[in-house]
Amino acid sequence: MSEPVSALNGASFDGTVAVREAGLQGMITLRGDLSSAKMKKAVKNATGAAIPGTREIAVSRESAAAWMSPDELLLMVPYDTAAEALGKIDAALKGEHYLAVNVSDARAVFEIAGAGVREVIAKLCPVDMAPGAFEPGTIRRTRMAQVAAAFWMVDAETVRVVCFRSVAGYVFGLLCDAAEPGGEVGFFV
Amino acid sequence: MLILECPYCGVKAEETEFHGGGEAHLKRFGPGSSDDEFHGYLFEKVNPKGVHFERWRHANGCGKWFHAARDTVTLEVFGTYPAQTSEPPQDIKDKISAKRPGWSWREFA
Repeated sequence: MSEPVSALNGASFDGTVAVREAGLQGMITLRGDLSSAKMKKAVKNATGAAIPGTREIAVSRESAAAWMSPDELLLMVPYDTAAEALGKIDAALKGEHYLAVNVSDARAVFEIAGAGVREVIAKLCPVDMAPGAFEPGTIRRTRMAQVAAAFWMVDAETVRVVCFRSVAGYVFGLLCDAAEPGGEVGFFV
Repeated sequence: MLILECPYCGVKAEETEFHGGGEAHLKRFGPGSSDDEFHGYLFEKVNPKGVHFERWRHANGCGKWFHAARDTVTLEVFGTYPAQTSEPPQDIKDKISAKRPGWSWREFA
């Protein structure tokens, strides 16, 4: 068996905020009718979280369910348990019209932490990062410079960013550049 | 800059998060139609100065297609609405009528 390796092998950078590749994260794309009772049960079984509302992320211990579109969720579970969680979903949704795929190895996850995280994200994405406009519990799919990305706040000073694995190097470069010491803007202070 | 609100996820974002998809409410002519009808469907698009209806896709977001009614001169957006319709909803038409009395676009007015 080959050892699973994350996109950048845990690369990190210390600037105005700490940028770190968060390593392996189990992820499942789940599409279907989000309002159905079976779907609710499937998500609960797999992650322990409830179905999140529009643009929200529901966290339950090490797992989470994030709203991606009106018919799509991103389920996050520990990497080793992704296959098991997928099995639970398939069992709960048997006979329904749905799609569930393990996409763990198709993505890269970054964690940026520090007082200036709002500023670092605001430099790269066309999103209002002002306190009050974007808060923990919200997930936003958007554009990070030239590539698609999604991010959410774990707490007031921590943001996690998800992007495609193929652009992990690019996104890491972007985040490091935006966190370069001397580049503070101080807009949200 | 054009600022659109995605009717599916409610995100209000600027143009670069979306991708334009051309004119809205096209009537498709395929097999069985005349050459003229097919030519019209393929090539004869309106390019108005003023009120216009377009298709947009929230490409860097939820990925859904939707419609937008806007003014091509002022970039004012009258409203956005889901794609599952073949004509603009009445409330969007009312909003345009309030701001641009006497407007018309293809068969809509």
